[in-house]
Parts: sequence; C-alpha cells; structure tokens
Amino acid sequence: MPILRKLLADIPALIGLLIVLFAIVLSVYPDLLIGHVENPNKGNILMRLQPPSDKFLFGTDDLGRDIFMRVVLGTRSALTIAVVVVVLSMLIGVPLGLIAGYGNRYLSEGIMRVTDVFLAVPQLILAIAIAQILGRGAESAMIALAVTYWPFFTRTVYAETQAIKSSLFIEALEGLGASRARILAFHILPNIAAPVIVRATVGMGFIILTAAVLGFLGVGATLPDPDWGLAISEGRKYLPQYWWYATFPGLAILVLVLGFNLLGDGLRDVVDPRLRRSR
Amino acid sequence: MLLFVIRRVIMIVPILLGLLLLTFLMVRFGGGDPAAAMAGDAATPEQIAAIRDQLGLNDPIIVQFWTYLKNALQGDFGVSVYSNRPVGLDIIQRLPATLELTFVALLIASVFGIVFGTLAGVYRNSILDHFVRVTSVAGLAAASFWIAIMLQLIFSMELNILPLRGRLPGDIPAPTAITHFYLIDSLLTGQWNAFWESFRHLILPAVTISLGGLATIARFTRSSVVASMQSEFATYENAVGYPKRRIVFPYVLRNSLVSPVTQIGLLFGAFVSNAVAVEAVFDWPGLGSYLVAAIFAADFNAILAVTLVIGAVYAIVNILVDLAHGFLDPRVAERM
Repeated sequence: MPILRKLLADIPALIGLLIVLFAIVLSVYPDLLIGHVENPNKGNILMRLQPPSDKFLFGTDDLGRDIFMRVVLGTRSALTIAVVVVVLSMLIGVPLGLIAGYGNRYLSEGIMRVTDVFLAVPQLILAIAIAQILGRGAESAMIALAVTYWPFFTRTVYAETQAIKSSLFIEALEGLGASRARILAFHILPNIAAPVIVRATVGMGFIILTAAVLGFLGVGATLPDPDWGLAISEGRKYLPQYWWYATFPGLAILVLVLGFNLLGDGLRDVVDPRLRRSR
Repeated sequence: MLLFVIRRVIMIVPILLGLLLLTFLMVRFGGGDPAAAMAGDAATPEQIAAIRDQLGLNDPIIVQFWTYLKNALQGDFGVSVYSNRPVGLDIIQRLPATLELTFVALLIASVFGIVFGTLAGVYRNSILDHFVRVTSVAGLAAASFWIAIMLQLIFSMELNILPLRGRLPGDIPAPTAITHFYLIDSLLTGQWNAFWESFRHLILPAVTISLGGLATIARFTRSSVVASMQSEFATYENAVGYPKRRIVFPYVLRNSLVSPVTQIGLLFGAFVSNAVAVEAVFDWPGLGSYLVAAIFAADFNAILAVTLVIGAVYAIVNILVDLAHGFLDPRVAERM
C-alpha cells in the first residue's frame, strides 16, 4: 500500500503510530507490563507514598497502590473514552454533514446554523455544563463530549461534500438517474473518507485532553477508577513532597496525545498533499 | 466593505439566540425540578405546585423562554447557590480577572510564537528549528492543568521565586478600580508595589495558558515564513545581494504574518477553555475558578450563565477576528 509506505517513511508519524499501537496493546492486554492484577483499587497502606524505585517504577500513591500499575490501567480508560466519543460524534456528525452538503437548501441551512451554535461555545465549557446536568460519571462525560464534538465532523464533511458535489462524475451519476441516497453513500462518502479519518485521529488526542480536564474537575471518571485526570487531581494534594503522584499520570497523557497528534499530522500529509507541512 | 461589516455583525444575532435556546433547554429539561429543589424535602405536593406556579413553570414553554430571554438580556441569571448572590453580579466582578489573564496569555503567545516561528523558518533545519518543532508538538499535547501544577511545583514550591496562587498577596489591597485590570490600574495610579506583585502573580498562570497557542502560532509563522523565503521576491533580493536580515524583517515578515494573526483570534476560545482548570489550580479569582466552584456546588444557574457569557464573548471575538481578516485581506470581505 503506497499510503502506508509513505507514512512509515515519515519518522515523526512512525513514532506516533508506534505510541498509538503500544497504547492499544496495553489497553487490551495490560498484563504485558504489570503482570496479573487481582484488584487495582486495593492498596498496601504500609507502602503509601513511596518514592520511585526498582519495585515501584513511578512510586506509590496515598493508599499504597503502585502508580505505574494505575497509569498502565488508565490507558484503557483514556482510549475507551476517546474511541467511544469519536465514534459517536462521527455517527452524528458525518451523516448531518453529508445531508447539509448535498441536500435541500433549507435543511442544509438549518443543520449548519445549529452547528454554528454548538461551535460558538468553547467545547470544554459546554461539555462541563452538559456533563454536570447528566450527573457525574464516565458515561455522562462521554455523552457530553460526543454532544459537543460532532459539529467538528459536520463542518469537515460539509466542506468536503460541497467541494466535490459539482464535480463531473457526480453530475454524470445524477444524469444516469442515481438516487441521492445512492450517490451519497457509494460515491461521495468514499471520496471524503480521508479527511474524516484525519479529523478522527487528531480528535482522539483532543478528546483525551478534554476528558482529562473533566476528570480533573470532578465531572468525569469517579474514584476509585484508574483515570489519569482524576489521579493528577488526587496527587496534587501531596505536593511538593510526593511529587511523583501527580507527575507520572500527566506524562502519560502527554505521550499518548503526542502519539495521536504526530500520527494525525503524518496522515494529513499523506492523504492531503495540499496541506503538507513545509519541511 | 461597510456591507461586509454590517453583515458580519448581524450574524451574531442568530448565534446568540441559539445559545440562549440551548442553555434554556438545558435548564428546563436537564436540571431536575427547580420547584421541588426550592421547596425542600419536607414540602407537600401542594406547596411544590404553588412554587411551580410562582416560578411560572406552568406557563407555555414559549412564554417561559421569552421570560428567560428577557432576564438573560438584562443580565439577570438568578441567584447563585454557591455564593448566595446574583449570578450576574458575580460574573461582572470576575470577568475582568479572566480577561486580563487571557489577554496577557495572548500577548505572550503572539510575541514568543512569532519570534520563535520566524527564527525557525529563517534558519530552517538548524538545531533551533528542530527544538522549536519538537517543543511545539509537545506543547500541544500536554494537559494545561498538569503544566500548571508542574510549574507550581518547580517555581513556587521548590525554587520559591514566584507566588503559588491568587492575583495579589493578602497584605496588598487591589489597586483603585479604573479598568479592573490590575496591571493597568496600578500603573495609572502609580501603585508600583501592586503592579510588581500582580505582574509576579500573572506569570505562571498566563504562561501556562499561552503554551498551546504559542505552539500553534509558532507553527503557522514558521510555515508561512518558509513559504515566503522560497518565493521569487526573496530569491531575487538574495541574488541582488541584500543581507539576510534586510530581506527578512521588512519583506518576508510582512508577507508571512496574515495567517498567524488570524490564528491569534481563533485561539481565544482555546485560551478561555484552558483558563477554567488553570484558574482553579492557581486560585485565580476569575470566571474559570467560579465555574469550577459552581460545579462542586451543583449550581446550575451559575454554570449555565458562565456558559452563556463565555459563548457570547467568544462569538464577539470571532467576529472581530473576521473583521480584522477582512481589513488585512480585502479578498475575504469580497467573498462574503
């Protein structure tokens, strides 16, 4: 596959791909690094707030739990939220964008004005309000993030659909009598898949960051789940003496988001040479 | 051009109406029964019904929305459960702190972003260029509240050179209010001590908030400087024998700054978002920490009012950016 070969030749994108693949493997099979853990929420109070050492690579937290183990398990939580939110947003945003880009004028206007309203508030602020109203918990956070992220897909899809709707092959299909639904599903959708995939990859990193803020502010994951944002908020209480508690979960966020951003940039360069970043 | 300005300003009306409708629906259908909450646990169904009547919750939904609209436009958002004062008053008192913080952050991001981006673009593939590129990618990937905590740990707790929290130390009174921006007010009234202290208190939160935007501006500046440096006029000037700095400063920069400048305005939304958690970490007395306190108190009036006010400010800033873009590049205005 030429796309894959180009991607692998781009070193930052390759690093991003490796980080993302590694995170996926860890979230499916965390035993790989931390062995089998019976109950990740059970600690050993005698070993509380131990500094990083051979035994506890990232030290231990206030309940004597291994922070390295909790950070590894947090990968699953972060990736799950990101995948669920991005997929939900795509399910809402992509069809709406297609309809708005290739449908009747009034429907299109209506959809795009609603999109404008959602994009008029910074996403985090709206997500906080919605998550709060739905009640605290990881599920509400996911719904709130999806409800606030779909407009980004709608806008991307709308712009791409508009751009190819007047091309010759669509006109030819219309002339041959193909239905709107058929043209949208079999001809327009495959042609706009690339920018949607790029948007989704970059969106994964963005959602992980926003979800971490929600966890940190107490409207996302709840105790005692191993969540990075939540762990930083807990660890903050033990600064400066027990610095490792808040430091390592934040580094984990940094590395995973970096992975998605590098991969997204690389994908964008490969699928859309117009936007190629200058070297 | 005038037509473009009028059209762009009118476009804010449907957005604000939509925003009001969205928050109204959220209060009305998401926030539980306000009458039951107000009446308390011991209330009889009759008492709750009476309060419902009094609050107008039995009116047709359109009438309720109209009342909400009227109140919101007059700045009446109800009473905050958390501070026990009108939410509108709380917001007006806290908005300047957030604006001062975000403006200083925008200034830091623009100045350093443009300087680093230009240097990286002019000295392409140098060590400096690689450094700028790696740090800007990393800067976009870090959670801002975590950066805030790390900076606190290093500069306030370990090195003890910058204040840990707040806008001013407790023993220094706030400068006489003129603009409500402490930096400007203390300068205007000559309260040097307050100026120096509020400057010191601004550094860590403003730097934290600026990082993501700084990285974005640096990336945009770098790529447009690279493009200008490869353009024919730069090649020509180079061939004629102009020294590099004579090419870069007057000619390349002027041609490269339109796209980063339009980015600066778009970053405002990201800055306000970052400010929420960062203000909470630094106990900065602005809208962000107010929002966080409201979350913990489950104070819906306050949460929705902050959402609305930030949405309105954001919409206005975006329009100003569009207008600036139109003036910088008249082709944009013609297309509208």
